[in-house]
Amino acid sequence: MTASRKTIPGFGLTMGITTSYLGFFVLLPMISLALRAADLSLGEIVSVATDARVLSSYRVSFGCSLLAAAINAVFGTMLAWVLVRYRFPGRRMIDGLVELPFALPTAVAGIALTSLTADKGWIGAPLARLGIAVAYTRAGIVVALVFVTLPFVVRSIQPVLEELSPDYEEAGRTLGAGGFTIFRRVVLPELRPALLTGFSLAFARGLGEYGSVIFIAGNRPFRTEIAPLMIVTRLEEFMYGQATAVALFMLLASFAVMFLVNRLQIRAAAFAGG
Amino acid sequence: MGAGTRGASGGAWRPNPVARTVLIVLSLAFAFLMLVMPLLVVVSQAFGAGWEAFWRAVSDSFTVKAAKLTAITTVTAVAANTAFGLAAAWALTRYRYRGQGLLTTVIDLPFAISPIIAGLIFILTYGRLGWAYPFLEAHGLKIVFAVPGLVMATVFVTIPFVARELIPVLAARGTDEEQAAVLMGAGFLRTFALVTLPHVKWALVYSVILCAARAMGEFGAVSVVSGHLRGKTNTLPLHIEILYNEHHYREAFAVSAILVIASVLVLAARSVVETVSRREVR
Repeated sequence: MTASRKTIPGFGLTMGITTSYLGFFVLLPMISLALRAADLSLGEIVSVATDARVLSSYRVSFGCSLLAAAINAVFGTMLAWVLVRYRFPGRRMIDGLVELPFALPTAVAGIALTSLTADKGWIGAPLARLGIAVAYTRAGIVVALVFVTLPFVVRSIQPVLEELSPDYEEAGRTLGAGGFTIFRRVVLPELRPALLTGFSLAFARGLGEYGSVIFIAGNRPFRTEIAPLMIVTRLEEFMYGQATAVALFMLLASFAVMFLVNRLQIRAAAFAGG
Repeated sequence: MGAGTRGASGGAWRPNPVARTVLIVLSLAFAFLMLVMPLLVVVSQAFGAGWEAFWRAVSDSFTVKAAKLTAITTVTAVAANTAFGLAAAWALTRYRYRGQGLLTTVIDLPFAISPIIAGLIFILTYGRLGWAYPFLEAHGLKIVFAVPGLVMATVFVTIPFVARELIPVLAARGTDEEQAAVLMGAGFLRTFALVTLPHVKWALVYSVILCAARAMGEFGAVSVVSGHLRGKTNTLPLHIEILYNEHHYREAFAVSAILVIASVLVLAARSVVETVSRREVR
């Protein structure tokens, strides 16, 4: 297969479209961010980096996204397992519904989950009697993020499970291992790379998520204010420098996560290959 | 479906009945709680006051305007990203050159960036304090707080959808058929339309559906660049936010019900495409 620019036509045209489109819609705006960031004075950066309200918004965003990704790592894996390995009535419907969070506008998800978990809602009312509040607390943020990021984990794991033959589990059983041991020692190692991908995608998406969260969070400074909302607040106050600085730290953080996961995956692949 | 499915329906693998029941019940409960109940609550709130109240909310002139604007931004963004996706998939899989990895990373970038940051970078470019603003003003153009800004923000957020779906499909096919077509004298457009396109048509349809769903529902990026001018730069999701914040809950849920129906249709279409394409492969 010696595909060269000469044998197949259209290189100039398709490459021209690709680069100019990306240049206009992605690189140009990103350059503006870099330019604005380069304009920031040290004082501005320090004032943002030490602003207690901003720092607490980072804590809320990171904490809730991590927790939501962890919850999905457990329930998403379970859901994927059940969908692949068992046949039962309603399976196809659930399989289709798993992608609902991708198809449903986040604002709709936000008001629906808020109405469900508010103290007069279907789920919120019984919980309120137990003294548990979900809507307008960090728990509410986690619920919204679990909803929005669920498909990432399920859809990362499902294809791997489909390829994984039950024979290995059977072999484990003949050797006398119990169900949980088989899952931990036989299935989980096979799933680890996909689980890691799903987890990090869910985490990254949760970090940036806005639409579903702002309705359920209550948005109280220092308690339930997320980092993306901090950017919006600063923009509305026309403090563009501060908004840029907040965004910059967020970007660096999510790139760091992506990079880390990439490295982990390369190591995992090297292990599997060697 | 792979080997696992076959193993589950027959053959040596017998699931532990207790574990099976517990896991299925837990999964059904989780799915009902997280996926079904949000849909039910929207429907119940939207129709709770009867058809008439629902119809009044949905046929309100601001709702209709928001729906039209959503249609415009969605169609434009999807059309642009489809054209781009086809070109990018071709350019990235039919040739070998340096920098391919970098190009793929740039295509993926919008997925790694918060929609709020996506909105922010357009404000920093075209907003009143942006470096491109003097040029826009001199030519009487308006992007931020106007429809072009909404479209551009939507395009940014949905750039990866089509390209990402097509690239692996085209890469897996290799270039032999295209080379043969070219040797027999077909030009670029003929080769593309008659040889390449038929192979990727289902992946293309699939990705366009998902792209449209995301474009229609985009909230964060659009919210930042819109300025929330009712009747002018309000898309349906933004309209829902305004209604909700003004405590017009019934109306907010009525408008949401339209989007719920749209997204259920998207899921149905997605699963039809998947079934049809799978049958064709066989």
